[in-house]
Amino acid sequence: MGIEGVGARVARKEDRRFITGAGRYVDDMVVPGMKHAAFVRSPHAHAQIKKIDVKAAQSMPGVIGVLTGRELKADGIGNLICGWMIHSKDGTPMKMGAWSPLAVDKVRYVGDAVVVVVADTKAQARDAAEAVEITYKELKAVTEVTGAIARGAPQIHPEAEGNLIFDWEIGNAKETAAAFKQAAHVVKMDVVNNRLVPNAMEPRAALGHYDRAEDHYTCWTTSQNPHVARLVMSAFYNIAPENKLRVIAPDVGGGFGSKIYIYPEEIVCLWASKKTGVPVKWVADRTESFLCDAHGRDHVTHAEMAFDKDHRILGFKVDTLANLGAYMSLFSSVTPTYLYATLLSGQYDIPAIHGNVRAIYTNTAPVDAYRGAGRPEAAFLVERMMEVAARQFGVSPAELRRKNFVTAFPHQTPVIMNYDAGDFATSLDAAMKAADYAGFEKRRQKAKKEGKLRGIGFSCYIEACGLAPSAAVGSLGSGVGLWESAEVRVNAVGTIEVLTGSHSHGQGHETTFAQLVAERLSVPLESISIVHGDTDKVQMGMGTYGSRSGAVGMSAIAKALDKVEAKAKKIAAHLMEADEADIVIENGTLKVAGTDKNVPWFQMALAAYTAHNLPAGMEPGLKETAFYDPANFTFPAGCYICEVEVDPETGVTDIVQFVAADDFGNIINPMIVEGQVHGGIAQGIGQALLEGTHYDGSGQLLTASYMDYTMPRADDLPSFKVSTSNTPSPSNPLGMKGCGEAGAIGSPPAVINAITDAIGTEDLTMPATPQKVWAALQARKPRKH
Amino acid sequence: MYSVNYHRPASVAEAAKLARDDAKLLSGGMTLIPAMKTRLAAPSDVIDISRIAALKGIKVTGKAVTIGAATTHAEVATDDKLKKACPALAHLASMIGDPAVRHKGTLGGSIANNDPAADYPAAMLALGATIVTNKREIAAETFFKGLFETALKDGEIITAVTFTAPAKAGYAKFRNPASRYAMVGVFVARGKANGKEEVRVGVTGAGDDGVFRSRPLEAALAKSFDAAALEGVTVPDKGLMSDMHASPQYRANLVVVMAKRAVAAANA
Repeated sequence: MGIEGVGARVARKEDRRFITGAGRYVDDMVVPGMKHAAFVRSPHAHAQIKKIDVKAAQSMPGVIGVLTGRELKADGIGNLICGWMIHSKDGTPMKMGAWSPLAVDKVRYVGDAVVVVVADTKAQARDAAEAVEITYKELKAVTEVTGAIARGAPQIHPEAEGNLIFDWEIGNAKETAAAFKQAAHVVKMDVVNNRLVPNAMEPRAALGHYDRAEDHYTCWTTSQNPHVARLVMSAFYNIAPENKLRVIAPDVGGGFGSKIYIYPEEIVCLWASKKTGVPVKWVADRTESFLCDAHGRDHVTHAEMAFDKDHRILGFKVDTLANLGAYMSLFSSVTPTYLYATLLSGQYDIPAIHGNVRAIYTNTAPVDAYRGAGRPEAAFLVERMMEVAARQFGVSPAELRRKNFVTAFPHQTPVIMNYDAGDFATSLDAAMKAADYAGFEKRRQKAKKEGKLRGIGFSCYIEACGLAPSAAVGSLGSGVGLWESAEVRVNAVGTIEVLTGSHSHGQGHETTFAQLVAERLSVPLESISIVHGDTDKVQMGMGTYGSRSGAVGMSAIAKALDKVEAKAKKIAAHLMEADEADIVIENGTLKVAGTDKNVPWFQMALAAYTAHNLPAGMEPGLKETAFYDPANFTFPAGCYICEVEVDPETGVTDIVQFVAADDFGNIINPMIVEGQVHGGIAQGIGQALLEGTHYDGSGQLLTASYMDYTMPRADDLPSFKVSTSNTPSPSNPLGMKGCGEAGAIGSPPAVINAITDAIGTEDLTMPATPQKVWAALQARKPRKH
Repeated sequence: MYSVNYHRPASVAEAAKLARDDAKLLSGGMTLIPAMKTRLAAPSDVIDISRIAALKGIKVTGKAVTIGAATTHAEVATDDKLKKACPALAHLASMIGDPAVRHKGTLGGSIANNDPAADYPAAMLALGATIVTNKREIAAETFFKGLFETALKDGEIITAVTFTAPAKAGYAKFRNPASRYAMVGVFVARGKANGKEEVRVGVTGAGDDGVFRSRPLEAALAKSFDAAALEGVTVPDKGLMSDMHASPQYRANLVVVMAKRAVAAANA
């Protein structure tokens, strides 16, 4: 490792422009003649559209166009789709209802887009949007899963009878039932995984520009995966063939999953641009973000775990209801199935598992993957179960886990995943040591004297990321492959551009990716540029989500680097009349090993492009492309320990200590990894303590602003104690596992386990607000510690 | 925001002339501007009174305190004379919003808006303050009328508040986790009224009708101005707000807990 290479704590190259306000986001883009869009959205959660009168709006100042869903349909624009097919256990395909980018006959959630207004200014567009008159016939709405599948519930889509999208299962029901028959103990729980609003700092935005001369569209959009956006908009929404559609995702201010999907607004901006003859920009305001960004989580689960008399797990039975909201978002079906139930084995050797998941329509915002995507729901369930079981058995929660850990790899779970590597006990030991677990009882007694209830909670999470082997996900229903691409271009002066299909929206790729190149080619960091986010510049790629950009995106770069390195060595060997096998790359030169003969890197690059003196038959230039398809998922895992103090008078929880011991495999930039863990834990603590999404009975979102939706703030969080123990992943050339989601996956159960330990009752749902903790304490006198 | 006419009058008299029909007075704008930006408020005119010199500043003469209506929270929080005369009020101001809010928001703006979760109204009630307007003087007790309602008439502008510094006072606030406004804020003050020792307890954030005085807590504290005097004392949950963040029962509990902490702070 050099000071800039793999393993170095290099400061993020991109931060200079971000923190000086020089970043370029979609809202910063200006195209000559550009106009502004405002959407008229449904104020009702469920209603028929009886009449749309746009006359008054059309005559408002500055208005260029007022467009409806009927016109959009007449132009052949397609419905939004979910790109992952799930089959129910009876073999029938999932029941996907139609989602028109602008609602035609019916609206299904508050915020559903109905009409778009294009005007000279944003204010004029909004004024005119208010003048659009829509007559609705209100229908009964349902926002919760249990209500939605009850008899007599309002029918949201004709395609999905009883609002049931699919009834899917995984594992083996018979074997699991047999395991329960052998059980000495059965632990049962009901668990709710609360709905979350993503709240990226930058709201979603789109700028659609139709160029009449070229019959070509450009779409600037807040996307985590511009190529996927182009593919889907071409193949399914009939915007334009791919060669006539350029998608640019410039600087993007956070995504957390919510910017994977293609939403109605970018489709409408592109279509409206052609329709009105002007470039059309839309930027969500914060209320629109709350209402319309795909939400996360929202599971209701009953689970039972069977143990033998020695507390070894025999079987695990899980029944989950997953709220998918009013429409199926792009990857909504995979989140509560293959990203969730495949992790029900946790870090444990469980011989038999059966998971059943029903996905359900409700009159709420669409729900899709959100940081962790299914794995937080699995980790919360498994890790709450382990803690509660330990308490019921009266044994140490650490030792119950240790006794059941998977210790031999590879390990085939009963729910598809094949864990290729890991060392769970090492993380547990590291976390217990860092948390001074041995000293906890003393701290508990001291707190008690001060009138506080102190508790401690574990979470030994595992997740699957590095998404994902294409053939495997294809066999499970994915409509796309999940490989990644890279092109490494060495310029004639030796500087380097890396074109990656990954997309950075906060992850620091411009730094981390460059570090890998600097390490491999021994060139300075500032001579390397990472290019991403533009379908005209970068070859097809799959984008960034599921903690895949290190394990998959960088593996593609590594493969391209292999080719560049091989050719560079050939050229250098030819120039020095040496054997290419003897060439080593170090200190900015290509050197004949064991001699002082060398060619500087830039001279070799120049030789590649002057082509005056290349090996016989070699093509000029130095530019290589690679596509990398991972061999397996990767399995980051770790142990989190949270320690809290609860004020019994107010129910306020103070997180006094939070320890994270993660195994991420090999790490490129430890500082960026720590930043990812910090952010993830903050989000997880947000879910556990603060963030609750509330719809009222009529489907109005009550938490539609920061006045009511509690985001984690710095003073809600302790200073985290983080460490890593790195078992390399055998499934990719860099041995990386991924770190982007772990914090959000592992932390919620640790927090809730700590609070329930402190207050002596398990009856507590997330977010554990002061009111809920106080009420739980009132309902049950704290047990004696 | 809808289009709006902006005025910056030089005097209270001029402002009063402009303040009619759909016009709104603008002081710090900490409530009005966000409401206008989200199109929830649509005044025809805003009359910016925040720079009228006569409305600004803090005067302390012996026990008599006068605070100009356009004095910012930051000024109240950091004024040395006030910190001596009534440190609890300075402390209260230091806990409003965040630094940006405290440097823009004003005392007059806050009490004229009478947000049920605002901090100042609790102090005004507990201190027995007088609200001075361009037309008259109004006792705090009769000034706060209910949610976002006050005794102010059209064209009436708050110019200052006055009160006699109490012997002891304290404020404790339980913040709404999301907005960080007071979910329950309790201001306790012990002072002389009409030559008689008196304890007043103002409660904000909790009442269905906005700020109120808690008689059960006042009675208990009149016997002994000590947190221990509130052990076992309860307040009725009837008339307390219910929302997703706090039930009336939880708020009733918090009123007592915050009162204890306010008294402890007053005695510290």
